[in-house]
Amino acid sequence: MRLAKTHHTMSSLSIRNLHVRIGEKEILKGLTLEIPKGEVHAIMGPNGSGKSTLSKVIAGHPDYTVTAGEVFLDGEDILGLEPDVRARKGIFLAFQYPIEIPGVTNANFLRAAVQARLPEGEELEATEFYARMYEKMDLLEMPRAFTGRAVNEGFSGGEKKRNEILQMAMLEPKYAVLDETDSGLDIDALKVVAHGVNSLRGPDLGILIITHYQRLLDYIVPDYVHVMMDGRIVQSGPKELALELEARGYDFIKEGLERAEAVAG
Amino acid sequence: MSATILEEKACCTSAGPCSSEAPDWIASARAEAWRLYDSLPNPARTDEAWRFATLSGLLSPQECLHAGPALSKESGEELVRRSRGVERVAGRMVFGNDRLLARSGQELARLGVIWLPLLEAARQHPDLVQSHLLKTPAALGSAKFAALHLSQLKAGTFLYVPRGVEVDLPLETHHWLESGACFPHTLVVAEEGSRVTLMDYFQSVDRNGKGLACGVNDLVLAPGASVTHVSVQEWGRNVTGFHIGSAALSRGARSASLQVHLGGRRMRSESISRLCGEGARSDMLSVSVADGTQEYDQRTLQVHEARNTSSDLLYKNSLDDTARTVFAGLIRVEPGAHQTDAYQKVRNLLLSGEAEANSAPGLEIEADDVRCSHGATTGEVDAAELFYLLSRGIPRQEAYKLIVHGFLEEVLERLARPDLTARLSERVYAKFDAKAGSAR
Repeated sequence: MRLAKTHHTMSSLSIRNLHVRIGEKEILKGLTLEIPKGEVHAIMGPNGSGKSTLSKVIAGHPDYTVTAGEVFLDGEDILGLEPDVRARKGIFLAFQYPIEIPGVTNANFLRAAVQARLPEGEELEATEFYARMYEKMDLLEMPRAFTGRAVNEGFSGGEKKRNEILQMAMLEPKYAVLDETDSGLDIDALKVVAHGVNSLRGPDLGILIITHYQRLLDYIVPDYVHVMMDGRIVQSGPKELALELEARGYDFIKEGLERAEAVAG
Repeated sequence: MSATILEEKACCTSAGPCSSEAPDWIASARAEAWRLYDSLPNPARTDEAWRFATLSGLLSPQECLHAGPALSKESGEELVRRSRGVERVAGRMVFGNDRLLARSGQELARLGVIWLPLLEAARQHPDLVQSHLLKTPAALGSAKFAALHLSQLKAGTFLYVPRGVEVDLPLETHHWLESGACFPHTLVVAEEGSRVTLMDYFQSVDRNGKGLACGVNDLVLAPGASVTHVSVQEWGRNVTGFHIGSAALSRGARSASLQVHLGGRRMRSESISRLCGEGARSDMLSVSVADGTQEYDQRTLQVHEARNTSSDLLYKNSLDDTARTVFAGLIRVEPGAHQTDAYQKVRNLLLSGEAEANSAPGLEIEADDVRCSHGATTGEVDAAELFYLLSRGIPRQEAYKLIVHGFLEEVLERLARPDLTARLSERVYAKFDAKAGSAR
């Protein structure tokens, strides 16, 4: 069994034939996608195509049931792992709707997350931690006062999204999934967030951007674009595909698919 | 039920009032209190004041009703070393098995502040102590245990702050229970316009220690006085505890009292705020972290006797395993206490499906133009919050710790004393770490 899986590359996030249900409803219907480290992939698709489900399943959200398929992180199947274990292995999900945690300061939250990545018995060095956090906050134009505020509580939409990218910067994941990071952002906030993400791009990080609009991809330029419909990737292409989608809408793909089905039928 | 009491007597060779040396008036008060203790019935299931409470084994026959033996010099010194509160204090007293082990802060006398072990204060300032000692009756069900307390009274602190004196740094008392029983007393008398903060720490020498702790603390505030009182209860895991407290506030006085309950097997806590003078304000705060088979039973009364007074109660409990909590509180607005603001909020956070939180808030209003609200809520850890923390790689136990601490933090912040809350947060975290440690 193990041998059969070695064809997956040892440095990619590889999703194979993924079928996912919530309750009785099947949402992902055999999704296959590979994000090699060092690349930025974007998934676009109409509402209800299953984009957010994919991001939550990768992170291990308990509401979803995987009925078939696999997700490999650098060759290791992660579907059986708890969400916190996946995260420590290098998965990061930037939430579409970041959660407010009353009474827990941003600094304490980040400290706990960074501490969790240290070897057993090793204590976080506070000065170093704060220096690094301030550096990342400056990059994201976040005032220092954010460290003492409760996580996401009373944050504006833009502040919440910046806070997601701050966490990503601090936790240094191997693969980051950005779920609708552009939603609710004005153009200035979008530029700041995109600048933060771009500064993290590099050979050690694979990024999957999930978005409804092409706008974000003007600022975070992907290597590949995938179109998702009805729980599957139906088309993949270079970054120009996003522009075509923007210009022509999803219908032209739908029509193309229908034609293909008719021919096949 | 009275048979149980007889058995208790049989286990203590010298059942009766405390016989240690004290002024005559204390000795006779002890004797009278012992008779009262003896004559009052044990709590019964039919008592409204003990509704929801587990009564079996409340005081078991083997419970000793006297202070344990004096500690050796070495263990006394060890306890003084272990008595760690906040960094800078104006004075500190340490008691072990109801005996004074150490004290500091004598220089406060220069300001006219009296900061003395209770019996010494009773000797030096008999009129002052006598006029304030146990003047608010234990009206919430524990009259019997308040009588037991007085019958054994010998340890504790008397703090008197004269008119207009403000003591910036907190004072603190550490009470250690090694064996047997202890009966810590705290009496604070704050004169007009004075200001003071007192922290009481209650601990057992051994984390799993047993025994009985039956304490009383009373705050008496003259017009415009301001008193902050914090008690941190970390008795051993097999201790039965009673904590009977009151605050009596004159015109324009302000009190804030916070209880932190972490230890003990079973803890009964009763708190009364009496707003006797116009413009007085009392904040009643509590945080409890109950796990294992712990039971915390809290009863409160906010009595508005004068107009334009306010009281604000916020109690939060986190419950894990098969822990139980009980809250029963009453806001009473007396006739004529118009323009009263009175609030009461209890929130329970269940970390386990087997934990049980009981809440019974209540109102009795006999005045006009009052603003009163009360409410109790019980909920579980929010699944979305938990997933968010897990998705950052924070292990489940650690995530619970953060969520619970965040839940309790609102109460600690209400004290508006960052110097104290940091220390309190540390104790709350320590309970979680100890639990995680024992689980490994």
